Amino acid sequence: MSDHEYTPKSKVGKWFNDRLPLLTLANHLTDYPTPKNLNYWWTFGGILTFCLITQIITGIVLGMHYVAHADLAFQSVEHIMRDVNYGWLIRYVHANGASMFFLAVYIHIFRSLYYGSYKSPREVIWIIGMLIYFLMMATAFMGYVLPWGQMSFWGATVITNLFSAIPLVGESITNWLWGGYSVDNPTLTRFFSLHYLFPFLILGLVVLHIWALHVPGNNNPIGIDIKKPSKDTVPFHPYIVIKDAFALLIFLLIFAFFVFFSPNILGHADNYIEANPLVTPAHIVPEWYLLPFYAILRSVPDKLLGVIAMFAAIFVLVILPWLDTSKVRSTVFRPIYKQFYWFLVADVLILGYVGAMPAEGLYLLIARVATAYYFAHFLIILPFLGMKEKTTPLPLSITEPVLGGSTDMAMARNNSDFKDKL
Amino acid sequence: MKIFLKLTFLFVIISSLILSRANAAGEQQELLKVDWSFKSFFGKFDRASLQRGYQVYTEVCASCHSLKHLSYRNLAEKGGPEFTELEAKAIASNFEVTDGPNSDGEMFERPAKLSDKFVMPYANVQEAIAANGGAYPPDMSVLVKARGGGANYIYSVLMGYDEPPAGMELDDGVYYNKYMYGNKIKMASPLDDDIVEYSDGTKATVDQMAKDVTTFLQWTAEPHLEARHKLGFRVIIYLSVLTILVYFTMKKIWSRIETKV
Repeated sequence: MSDHEYTPKSKVGKWFNDRLPLLTLANHLTDYPTPKNLNYWWTFGGILTFCLITQIITGIVLGMHYVAHADLAFQSVEHIMRDVNYGWLIRYVHANGASMFFLAVYIHIFRSLYYGSYKSPREVIWIIGMLIYFLMMATAFMGYVLPWGQMSFWGATVITNLFSAIPLVGESITNWLWGGYSVDNPTLTRFFSLHYLFPFLILGLVVLHIWALHVPGNNNPIGIDIKKPSKDTVPFHPYIVIKDAFALLIFLLIFAFFVFFSPNILGHADNYIEANPLVTPAHIVPEWYLLPFYAILRSVPDKLLGVIAMFAAIFVLVILPWLDTSKVRSTVFRPIYKQFYWFLVADVLILGYVGAMPAEGLYLLIARVATAYYFAHFLIILPFLGMKEKTTPLPLSITEPVLGGSTDMAMARNNSDFKDKL
Repeated sequence: MKIFLKLTFLFVIISSLILSRANAAGEQQELLKVDWSFKSFFGKFDRASLQRGYQVYTEVCASCHSLKHLSYRNLAEKGGPEFTELEAKAIASNFEVTDGPNSDGEMFERPAKLSDKFVMPYANVQEAIAANGGAYPPDMSVLVKARGGGANYIYSVLMGYDEPPAGMELDDGVYYNKYMYGNKIKMASPLDDDIVEYSDGTKATVDQMAKDVTTFLQWTAEPHLEARHKLGFRVIIYLSVLTILVYFTMKKIWSRIETKV
């Protein structure tokens, strides 16, 4: 919270604020000192909030017209697309919105990885973030089941069957999830119910995520601790608000392009075929944002170990703050980690690619190597690198590199402008 | 501005990944490509082609393939074949639907109205399968969206009937098609020159009919395509102007401090 005490100017405002300090909260949010060197990768937090709200609003409207029943779901989606006023727009925004949401969340996560935002004192922000990410995947998966097309049905069958790999109780758990002995109407109705619930859980976690963020304040591209408020910070409003708005608009342009001119490119054609338990599609593939995990799952020959590997792939991210032993946050000052960072990015993209391909021959081999590297990055490279790596010297404040026009300390020190300001 | 180059780069990589997935299944014969009028930013349907396409559908496809998500009123709606309301009513009245129960508790037959759904060729899926040698003729309402290649795929299959390559054995009632998945199809080539007689004088070649009916099926799958393109163009313009305004506002605000945005 801000250092100074806030008192509303008006009498009514003061009366209300003494009873419920909403105005103090609003004041804290507008004055919130933010590092002034945040780059555009930091705008994705705001973009993600926008995505969540968009998904909730469009989802609530879709829920008014959708029928969660195995015999009627597909038809009700077509009813939305054809007969509901602007139903096509609402559904395409919701369907593409899910992809845009994940695009933004992946950028957000990789930004955190690059600038070490998960490190002390921000571990709790990171863990809440990972919980949000996990819930997002569950929500998106269940949402994809609702239109009750072929990919919905078979995707649900494949994923729920994973739980049958658990020894002894696996089958009981799977039947419990299904509400029967196969994916059927009870599965659809409970997925609908949970798909409606989870976004509100995510919303609650987002509030905690932001709350936890406002305790230590934002990390920044230099990754050093800064005094707040100081010459290194700007108030959230108007500086960050306007910058976030600009970035959001660029994001919306891409979003709009998909919705209006390519609304089905991110989905699978088979999902416009009604679910048929008797016909299995040639290739069952999840949505693109789940492909890396799907690749990890399939790269392990044993079913149970595959499931464990898939969940472990998320779990290593949760414990990342303790796997990365380096005290230096920003990759800018970690020349060797920088290379490994880009290897990891490439590795995840490769996993995504092979996740979309049939699990055979060369693809399977690549998937196995990429999976092994993924775990090696977090479990071997990060802990050792933190101990061995020679990092480049850190600047004393944000103003230093900003004024010097470079992150190189010597240059910044020689800059007369900088000396004057001292 | 460097950041936008990076973002664009990322965007391109991810899109190409997605597209590579779309192409993964398509290692088959390269599809025939048509320069459809409904593609592109301002794409619209060719109205005359939609009306001809409807004729091909009713006279050729409708005996086996249903259009169960469409109503007769759709034929008169904006952005579709745009038959007049009278024409659409006349089309509907050619079909009989079961209604009821009436006040005596009995079901009765009556001519279809605009509000009725398209009449199905078969009573149920089983009957359709039984009548078609074990293969279900798929509902055509969203067929274009349900196939990887979209309109090009439907057009290619209609044009893809050929003599099987030497050495390929085909069972009775199975036909060779260059573009069909697995190259085998249970539907005999549905189109022949002059199988329909177009009222607007267009020559009913197989190619012409295939194009017309594909255009029609694109509309049945995306009845609001024209409205979508129109609104999309306006949204993009609006967002672009707003983005520029916000950009300059941002520059102005940040000029108060020495940090660049």
